[in-house]
Amino acid sequence: MTYQFTVSPDFSPDHLSGWYIFNTWLQKQTGEGIHLEMYNSFQEQGTAIQNDGVDLIYANPFDAAMLVRDKGFCPLAKPVGVADEALIAVSADSAIYDVADLSLGTKIAMTDDPDVRMMGMMLLEPGDLSANNTQIIHCNAYILVAKQLLQGHADVGVFLAEAYDDLSGMIKSKLRVLVRSEISVIHHALMAGPNLAHRKEELQALLVAMGADDKGRDVLKNLGFEAWATVDHEDMEFMIDLMDALAV
Amino acid sequence: MRDFKPEDVVGGYKEAVLDLYGGLRRVVFYTNIETPYPDGKLIVSTTDTNGIITHGNKAFVEMSGYTLDELIGSPHSILRHPDMPAVAFKDLWDTVSKGEHWQGIVKNLRKDGGYYWVKATVIPNIRQGKLVSYTSVRRKPSRTKVEECTVLYASLK
Ligand SMILES: Cc1cc2nc3c(=O)[nH]c(=O)nc-3n(C[C@H](O)[C@H](O)[C@H](O)COP(=O)(O)O)c2cc1C
Repeated sequence: MTYQFTVSPDFSPDHLSGWYIFNTWLQKQTGEGIHLEMYNSFQEQGTAIQNDGVDLIYANPFDAAMLVRDKGFCPLAKPVGVADEALIAVSADSAIYDVADLSLGTKIAMTDDPDVRMMGMMLLEPGDLSANNTQIIHCNAYILVAKQLLQGHADVGVFLAEAYDDLSGMIKSKLRVLVRSEISVIHHALMAGPNLAHRKEELQALLVAMGADDKGRDVLKNLGFEAWATVDHEDMEFMIDLMDALAV
Repeated sequence: MRDFKPEDVVGGYKEAVLDLYGGLRRVVFYTNIETPYPDGKLIVSTTDTNGIITHGNKAFVEMSGYTLDELIGSPHSILRHPDMPAVAFKDLWDTVSKGEHWQGIVKNLRKDGGYYWVKATVIPNIRQGKLVSYTSVRRKPSRTKVEECTVLYASLK
C-alpha cells in the first residue's frame, strides 16, 4: 500500500522542497511507497484526517489531542531544540510598551496557525483581551502580519517567534517586541496513524539515526533542524494536557 | 512541611497559622512584597491524586523560592497564602476530583514570605481512562482580575 504523509500547513515556505526530499529519504529507508500531500489549510488537512486519509503527519501541537485521542495516532519524533513559541509585536513607533496598556477593541493581526493563535491570545490576556473584545485581522503569512503593523492597520501582531526572527532586519527595525513566550514544551511532532503504528520502533530508530549520519543531516538541514529526538507517549500526553489547560 | 523560619524571610512580616488538610497546622510569615509574574512564562507543577507535588518546572522553582528538592514530596499547600479563602481550594478539589478543569486567580506564598499572583488552570491527567495525577498550569493574570479577587477573597475570609 502507499502511505499518505502530510505536513502541518504552517510549514515555512523555505522548507517546502525539504519536506519532499525528506519524503524521498523516508521511502528509500523504509522501502515503502509514501505519498506526500501538502494541504493548503488546516481545514483541508483536518478533513483528510477525519476521512482517515493520513498515515503519517508532521503535526501542529494543536492537532495532537485530536490525533492521539480520537484518531489513534502515536508520536514518533520531534526536532531537537525546536519549540513553538509566540510573540506579540507592535510597530516601533507605537505608544504601547506593555500588553497591560492595550485597550478593548485592539486590532490584532494573526495567521490561522492554531498553536500560535492560542499562545498569542494567552500573551494578550494580562491586558484583559480575548477574542470577544478585540478585532482579529486574518493574514495568510507572517510577513503579512508585519505589513499590517507597518501600515498601521493593526495595533498588535501575533507571530510564531521563529518566523519573526526570520523577518528581514529592515522590517524588524520598524517593529518592536512586547512579549515573547518562554514555554519550551510545545512543539510539532511527527506522528504515525494506526496503519503505520506497527512500524513505530523501526521508524523511530531510522529518524534518530538521521542526526548521526552525513546524508541524513543534509536532509534535515533543508527542514531547518539538526536531528530528531523520540517522543514517547507520556511526553505527548503531557503536552496535550498542557494545551488543554491553555485552551480555556 | 516545616514552619517558616525568620531567617528565610525578607522584610518586615506578619505571622499566621494555617489549618491545612488532614489536621496539619503550619506557622507562616508573610510580607507585602510582590514578585511580579514573569512575562511569557508558564509555571507548571504536577501532584499525585492526594495533592503531593511530584514535578515542577524551572519557573515554578524560581517563583516559589524553594528548591525543587524542597517542593517534591510536599503537599501543594506549601504555597498556601493566608489571604486565600479556604472555599477557593474546596471548589478546586471538588471540581478536579470530578474529572473537570478548575480555573481561578490564586495568591501564592513564597518561601521568603513574599507573594505572587497567578491565573491557574488545574486539570486532571487521565491515562487509559484512569485519573493518575493533577497538573496546574499558571499564566500571568490581568491587574483587573487581581484587584477583583483581592476584594472578593477578603470578603470570603
Ligand atoms: C495540581 C494542583 C496545584 C495546586 N496549586 C496550588 C497553589 O499553587 N497554591 C495553593 O495554595 N494551593 C494549590 N493547590 C491546592 C492545595 O492542594 C491545597 O488544597 C490548598 O493549598 C489549601 O490547603 P488545604 O487543602 O490543606 O486546606 C493545588 C492543588 C493541585 C491539585
